Amino acid sequence: MFEDRDSELDEEIRSHIEMAARDGVRSGHSTEDAHNRAIREFGNVGLVKEVTRSMWAKASWEVFTQDVRYGLRVLAKSPGFSLVAILTLALGIGANTAVFSVVNGVLLNPLAFPHPDRLVVMFTEMPSFKNASISYPNFEDWRRMNRTFSTMAAYRESGFDLTGHGEPERVTGEMVSAGFFEVLGVNPILGRTFSADEDRLGANPTAMISEGLWKRKYGSDPNIIGQRMDLNGTGRTIIGVVPSSFHLHIQNFQRGGPANEVYLPMGEFNEPFFHNNRSAGWGMDAIGRMRDGITFQQAKEDMDRVSRELASAYPDINGGKKARLVPLSEEMVGRVRPVLLVLLGAVFFVLLISCANVANLLLARSTARQREFAIRVAVGAGESRIVRQLLTESILLALIGGALGQLLAKFGTAAAIAAMPVNMPRADDIGLDTRVLLFTLCTSILAGIAFGLAPAIKTSRANVGATLKEAGRSVSGMRSRTQAVLVVGEMAMALVLLTGAGLMIRTLFALWGLDPGFNPHNVLEFSVSGPPSYKSSPDAVRAAHRELHDKLASLPGVESVTLSWGARPLQGDNEDYFWIVGRPMPALNQLPMTVEYDVGSDYSKTMQVPLKRGRFFSESDDERTPAVAVIDEAFAKKYFPNEDPIGHYIDLNTDPQAQEKVRNPQIVGVVGHVNQWGLESDASFPLQAQMYIPISQAPDSALKRGGFSPDVYVRTARAGVPTFDEMRRRALEMNGELVVYAARSEDDVLATDMGQQRFSMILLAVFAGVALLLAVIGIYGVLSYVVGQRTQEIGVRMALGAQRTNVLAMVLGGGARLTLIGIGLGVVSALALTRLMASMLFGVKPSDPLTFGAVALILAAIAAFACLLPAHRATRVDPIVALRYE
Amino acid sequence: MSPQSEKYQNRIELLQGTLDLLILQTLMWGAQHGYGISQVIRAQSGDVLQVDTGSLYPALHRLERQKWIKSEWRLTDNNQRAKFYQLTSAGKKRLGEERSRWNQMSDAIGAILANRPEEV
Repeated sequence: MFEDRDSELDEEIRSHIEMAARDGVRSGHSTEDAHNRAIREFGNVGLVKEVTRSMWAKASWEVFTQDVRYGLRVLAKSPGFSLVAILTLALGIGANTAVFSVVNGVLLNPLAFPHPDRLVVMFTEMPSFKNASISYPNFEDWRRMNRTFSTMAAYRESGFDLTGHGEPERVTGEMVSAGFFEVLGVNPILGRTFSADEDRLGANPTAMISEGLWKRKYGSDPNIIGQRMDLNGTGRTIIGVVPSSFHLHIQNFQRGGPANEVYLPMGEFNEPFFHNNRSAGWGMDAIGRMRDGITFQQAKEDMDRVSRELASAYPDINGGKKARLVPLSEEMVGRVRPVLLVLLGAVFFVLLISCANVANLLLARSTARQREFAIRVAVGAGESRIVRQLLTESILLALIGGALGQLLAKFGTAAAIAAMPVNMPRADDIGLDTRVLLFTLCTSILAGIAFGLAPAIKTSRANVGATLKEAGRSVSGMRSRTQAVLVVGEMAMALVLLTGAGLMIRTLFALWGLDPGFNPHNVLEFSVSGPPSYKSSPDAVRAAHRELHDKLASLPGVESVTLSWGARPLQGDNEDYFWIVGRPMPALNQLPMTVEYDVGSDYSKTMQVPLKRGRFFSESDDERTPAVAVIDEAFAKKYFPNEDPIGHYIDLNTDPQAQEKVRNPQIVGVVGHVNQWGLESDASFPLQAQMYIPISQAPDSALKRGGFSPDVYVRTARAGVPTFDEMRRRALEMNGELVVYAARSEDDVLATDMGQQRFSMILLAVFAGVALLLAVIGIYGVLSYVVGQRTQEIGVRMALGAQRTNVLAMVLGGGARLTLIGIGLGVVSALALTRLMASMLFGVKPSDPLTFGAVALILAAIAAFACLLPAHRATRVDPIVALRYE
Repeated sequence: MSPQSEKYQNRIELLQGTLDLLILQTLMWGAQHGYGISQVIRAQSGDVLQVDTGSLYPALHRLERQKWIKSEWRLTDNNQRAKFYQLTSAGKKRLGEERSRWNQMSDAIGAILANRPEEV
């Protein structure tokens, strides 16, 4: 009957007044008079309605919309306050959303494979290597002998020259066993995957291509299946197209490298050594899918059994080796988890500081609203009602801030992804999804409660009588204490963030200051790949090496050039088993390994690897002269601790399965150790020994196998002169079919190696900067407020003879107290928290006193600066005016 | 001074909680609207108790929320629409409780007041 209770109440009151008026008429008053009396007697209609309404058991959303409408009006009435609060919150919530969307994409979202928790990556574990590659014969046995995997497949990275279709180019690809895509549950968008029949020696050559290559090179030709493509000079039939949604980033599978464009069947790899040599790993790892109901632990035990059986079957080769299993998700994101969690923690601190600042703003503003709430309490609103109203306002602020923050996060996330190291796994999976939106919503609401609750309770408890009578001085004392607590908290959290950022900066400086063992400045590297015709003769390859070297060396601006093969510092590795000729040979599985670099005679000059003893190679060291080698200091120290290594011979023919004998080189020199495994990790890597062999003395078999495919290092007088393009053109002069690719400066190689630390450093520095700014605003606000409150007191003091310097000292002292307590708390918290980032640090302890000291000083100095303005204002207080004010 | 304001002077502020009792008691005699309730209380107390509308209506709405009374719109004898309140069975039970509480309280207060020193 009534649209709502409000009009029903109106009607009820109207009928009351009408009945009263009718009685008035009956007792002799005029109609008009009676009506007026009835209204007067009824009292304040508005107030009666308001109080009556408050008795209704309202649907909570009704109260809520009423509060929201009221809250919006309040916020609109003080746009300055609202803007500052919203921006502060947007910053805090936005930063949290951005980092959370990264954490969500990388760590929380399951991998985009069916039942990803069933997938396990496998390596060979041996004393000097945790993640060594698997030899093909061992892999075949693993696959055959295990009882816990439904399928298992191997993969190895490889580059290929794609010719016969437009410009020759280098594409990256992967050799995979049949069943590889089935293990992962990836279906081709066109055609099919490799059959077991195609995955064996002598099979018809086939290939799968990526959706990217299909679009880029073949114009998305729908009839691509069955067409021919030339890879490394072999014609292959294209049998399938792999969707671009397929992302896998693990060791030996496009981790940090460019996207794969071709896939070849592993078993058809025409390299007898690969198929027959059980001891040599060819950069091959494996992935398997555990059977349903099998736990990771069971799979591990099963593979331990397989490893034991293989070790007893081939004790020389497999003794001391075993399968190492890692869950796929762990292998993909395990390395970045600590970094991301530390960043999430850091950004949460930023949010807490924003909340503290907004809480401070609210407290400062509550003076102005004291009367408003006193009146509401006087007409019957309970304490909880007012807290609820104030909380609604806070949450409104936070939600608006959150919406804006979401927008900031969108750009922030894009910026973060751009700043992300190339080897950040799953960067493609980062984005805004429901979970991120939900996170922002919850964060906003919780933030609203966090910063709104204390001020709301304080405001609602304000002494009603005192407030209505006077300005409510009693409340302000209580409030400034709360503010002080908040500021101390802000200072402490800012110190923690600054310490984190400081430690990362020290880490980067330590990495920058680290001598990588070579001089990366003004060195450009690139790779060259020649057509397979070179493979016919080792002499042709050697001649091509010399020609390429001479052509590049004669370019103006080039200081020196060297070709290289095998291992490359900070990039690819290549190892050899060896022994020292003349010493009693250990068991085969006890043989040591060394990193092997095959380099030109100008290598030490180009890379500026310092020569410590003897000599480096010269141009006269070639295939016709005695075989020579240079070792590094680590090699010399470990294997020649008490004697001069020069003159000794290195035995490189330890493998009984090897098809040919190579010449055992004589050590002619010792050079400095080069950082091979990564700036941060090299020193702790078990394999330290390094050996150099002249590329001209590389065995014929290796030259035939590899053909003309060197890496090139060029040192120029000035960076960028000559350009890579000039070098490329120069190289193409010798053969137009060469593919010259993957140019990078060595500085860039180093920078990439530090990518993760730099990423963490940038983000932590940004967070710390925001935290510092907010904390400084906080302390400035509180001191300004206190000075404002104490104007009379300061006036009295000055009237009684206090000097300006006393007043200055008093205010600064107050600020200093807050700052010092904050710094003290911050140092204690930071000592506890920075330990969590130990794994991200290099060359600096989590409790580094220098960082702690510097950060505390910076914070103290900036806080002092923020205190100066209010302190100065206090000294300007005119005692007369201040006293009259009282 | 007009008689009206004189009466106002004699008015007694209702003790907290007693209004509920009076309203429930008034409704014992049948359904009544707000104006009627206030008139009955005033008349039955000999014009001493005057119920403030600012207390009456919140109390009625609260009692209704507590399901001790219920309301419906009806016509008065004068053919006017008004909202009538009437006791629910829960309300009757509540009235009994309130009444015995009141009796207890007034006995207690009476006992205290009866106990006076000799000299006064």
